[in-house]
Amino acid sequence: MGIVTPGFGLIFWTTLTFFILLFLLAKFAWKPILKAVQDREESINSALKSAEAAKAEMASLQSNNEQLLKAAREEREAMLREARAMRDKTIADAKGAASEEAAKVLEAARAQIHYEKMSAMTEVKNQVAQLAVEMSERILRAELSDAKAQAAMVDRALEDVKLN
Amino acid sequence: MASPAVLASEEAHSADEHAAEARVHAAEHSDEHAANATEEKEAFNPAEVIMHHIADSHGWHIFDWNDHPVSIPLPVILYTEKGLVVFSSSEFHHDQEGTHVVEAGGQRFVNIHEKIYYASDVANDHGVFAEMDHETHEVANATPWDISITKNVAALLFSAVVILLLFLPAARSYKKNPNAAPKGVAGFVEPLVVFVRDDIAKNNIGPHYKRFVPMLLTMFFFIWINNLLGLVPFFPGGANVTGNIAVTMVLAIVTFVVTNVNGNKHYWGHILWMPGLPVAVKPLLAIVEFIGIFTKPFSLMIRLFANITAGHIIVLSLVSLVFIFETVWVSPAAVLLTLFISVLELLVAALQAYIFTLLTALYIGAAMHEEHH
Repeated sequence: MGIVTPGFGLIFWTTLTFFILLFLLAKFAWKPILKAVQDREESINSALKSAEAAKAEMASLQSNNEQLLKAAREEREAMLREARAMRDKTIADAKGAASEEAAKVLEAARAQIHYEKMSAMTEVKNQVAQLAVEMSERILRAELSDAKAQAAMVDRALEDVKLN
Repeated sequence: MASPAVLASEEAHSADEHAAEARVHAAEHSDEHAANATEEKEAFNPAEVIMHHIADSHGWHIFDWNDHPVSIPLPVILYTEKGLVVFSSSEFHHDQEGTHVVEAGGQRFVNIHEKIYYASDVANDHGVFAEMDHETHEVANATPWDISITKNVAALLFSAVVILLLFLPAARSYKKNPNAAPKGVAGFVEPLVVFVRDDIAKNNIGPHYKRFVPMLLTMFFFIWINNLLGLVPFFPGGANVTGNIAVTMVLAIVTFVVTNVNGNKHYWGHILWMPGLPVAVKPLLAIVEFIGIFTKPFSLMIRLFANITAGHIIVLSLVSLVFIFETVWVSPAAVLLTLFISVLELLVAALQAYIFTLLTALYIGAAMHEEHH
């Protein structure tokens, strides 16, 4: 058989073998293998996609968390601020009330002192007046023991009246 | 585009004639040698050994033992005028010159250069039971339809078994572990299958590639495994299956049929009445394009055949160096060169399978290409 003359027998067997092989492989090898490969590709793709989705969800959760945390921090800050303000106000109020009270007490004390002083003054004045009257009575009794002195006294008194 | 392939075919034909002549001469020479120098040891003829190896044969020659060829007998199956005749190739007793007649099914056959003829009633002057045509130097006897399990057919069936043993377990492992990473032989075949599917089929055929994938996969692995088994230097490898033109012809015809059956209106329009050209040129181009339908698969057939046969010839030539120089001292060079070429052939084995499949996909893709305007 020449090497470039195709032999009938080999053509026959090659055709037969090739098509039997094609049939068997297509049915029992290529179909399951290609299907398995494609299924796996799809499952890998979907797994990747779901991983991506999970990642996005995680990210959104994290940002949510952060937001929550931020809000909580702000709230705490606000509460602290309020508490501080309240405390300051309480202190200020207390201080105001105390000083008012103190002022009141002081005022009362002052008034009392004034009153006491006035009454003491009045008493002193009264006693001085009484003393003066008693003194003047004694002096007058002594002085007015003679008529002349009485007349002179009346004159002076009259002079004083004129002057006024 | 068509002309190189046509030239190639002409070259192939002339090569065929040369080869035939050479064989006739070789046969004459060996006859002379046998007649003149029986006491002298016959000079080693590498061309004969190589041509014998790359051609098909009815027995599977393993080695020579004490000048006796040892070969595995294979069934000879003949479809004769009187029906199917089957006998063992060993009944020829290694005769390839037509001197030994085998009687089977009430008929007589001779083997002349591995071609089986109906034997003549009496031998001619050389003891050959056949009539020679004196003008063409060819055997004039009639031939039965020979569908023997020859060496190449046996190797072909063996490689088919290898392919099935490779892929059926792989497919089973996918069924066993769906949606898991491929294990074992599946891990080996999967990248190749995916490569053929994506890089060969999908890239070249286009959106309707899916129904061609099984054919392309079968084609790829059929060629590749046969190429590789052809590189194995001992039984049951070493047969020149994909370097046989009958095998490559069948594969090319598959490509031809699949391409043209799937050719759409646009494809045939471009072949028969090329749009966008002057009317005067159109018939001319139609002829060229029509020839192109045949030259494309023809080039596939020749390319695979020539590459694989060339590889076998080179390896055998290098191995033969020791016998040509008749010294063992050339063996290191011969072994190194053979090793180098064998490694190269490993690449060629894969490359030719790839090219054949790729071009098939390309032709199918071109035939199914939709018009875009």
